[in-house]
Amino acid sequence: MYAFTFHRPTTVRQAVNLLAKHEDAKLLAGGHSLIPVMKLRLANPPVIVDLSKVEGISGVELKGRSIVIGAMTRHVEVANSQVAKDNLPALAEVPGSIGDPHVREAGTIGGSVANNDPNADYPAACLGLGATIVTSKRKIPADEFFTGMFSTALEPDEIITKISFPIAKKAAYQKFKHPASGFALVGVFVSKRGSDIRVAVTGAGSNGVFRVKEFEEALKKRFAPKSLEGLSVKADGLNSDIHAGADYRAHLIGVLARRAVADAVKR
Amino acid sequence: MTAVSMTVNGKAVTADVDSRTLLVQFLRENLRLTGTHVGCDTSQCGACVVHVDGKARKSCTMFAWQAEGANVTTIEGVANGATLHPMQEAFREHHGLQCGYCTPGMIMAAIDMVHRLGHELDDKTIRQELDGNLCRCTGYHNIVKAIAAGARAMK
Ligand SMILES: Cc1cc2nc3c(=O)[nH]c(=O)nc-3n(C[C@H](O)[C@H](O)[C@H](O)COP(=O)(O)OP(=O)(O)OC[C@H]3O[C@@H](n4cnc5c(N)ncnc54)[C@H](O)[C@@H]3O)c2cc1C
Repeated sequence: MYAFTFHRPTTVRQAVNLLAKHEDAKLLAGGHSLIPVMKLRLANPPVIVDLSKVEGISGVELKGRSIVIGAMTRHVEVANSQVAKDNLPALAEVPGSIGDPHVREAGTIGGSVANNDPNADYPAACLGLGATIVTSKRKIPADEFFTGMFSTALEPDEIITKISFPIAKKAAYQKFKHPASGFALVGVFVSKRGSDIRVAVTGAGSNGVFRVKEFEEALKKRFAPKSLEGLSVKADGLNSDIHAGADYRAHLIGVLARRAVADAVKR
Repeated sequence: MTAVSMTVNGKAVTADVDSRTLLVQFLRENLRLTGTHVGCDTSQCGACVVHVDGKARKSCTMFAWQAEGANVTTIEGVANGATLHPMQEAFREHHGLQCGYCTPGMIMAAIDMVHRLGHELDDKTIRQELDGNLCRCTGYHNIVKAIAAGARAMK
């Protein structure tokens, strides 16, 4: 790891100013994606802006018909949040499948969403629920936020402050874990909120998380696993690596989508 | 260089360290508390687990300065004088180790598990909760037995 200097601002504004002042500065949240890549010298920020002392960007709240989660809320806090479990259990269940207890103690939702790892879980929940990513500058719909593998619509001096998830009556997440890493080989998040039906896939797309319009259209007729029978996703453009070929990933998307819909209708 | 101060195993410590210093390096190299191990150094294996303000954390994935002002407990801090902590005693009794390299992290993770989930832990829960602690020798069987017994002994 290369040397760096660090700052510990206490407000979002201070943190934004630090980012604006120091080109190539990086935000540090739970550190569970950033520190490993710094060790590998894949990220070499000369300046780190630690968000842990920033006030007002942590916690889970019910606001109107949405669950609003502060960017610095750790995975364990979302998993244990009664308000999330009561109102949007499909979302509360997502962090329980992330990493291990020590990772969940450290990692944050803001860090996960900003990182947009192609195998991460929260991006699927954001896209699958039609969340809004609230930043220090603006509100970005999930449909516009995830722009490709490890890339997002965030500007260099922009900080995620919270994420707002509309409450969907029917929603579920199905994750096929890589047995060693625990990351999603494929994960599918489905939801139905009135006529808004979403099927979001992580782990499979070569550009990161994506929606499956064909599945969504089929589910609009009837929101049931049966509606997806016979439908499949093309393997073209899906990831193929030592862990799984594109064909297998395409197959998993169908299986997991049907299972997720089956779970969702039981709620 | 950056000044860090924290409490480690009940003792106040202060040092000047490079900002890159990981908590585990600080513990091992500055404080000579070499019970906390580095296994993979990629945030996977859990050999470096310590408690920071009472919660299990991988000390290889945290800078020393992030623990500024915190209360850190390492494997050296769990026994009561010459009397082993009940979880340490359970690992000894049930032979929950072979080479012993992962053991400090296993014990810190196990104590944290009891703090979070209570004293009656079934095998399935223990195995699930050990997701972040790898052992290359034992096949986990005796570790799981040791944790179940240690959890009860901690009552
Ligand atoms: C062993 C292990 C297993 C894991 N398993 C999984 C898994 O199964 N599923 C999964 O989804 N993830 C997994 N992760 C990743 C984990 O969830 C990370 O915690 C998460 O991806 C990043 O969150 P963080 O708070 O640690 O962010 P950091 O590592 O601190 O930051 C990550 C990136 O986001 C940026 N950033 C952080 N906060 C903000 C913000 N508020 N606004 C803008 N940018 C920001 C940082 O600058 C950095 O570029 C695993 C990690 C490890 C080490």
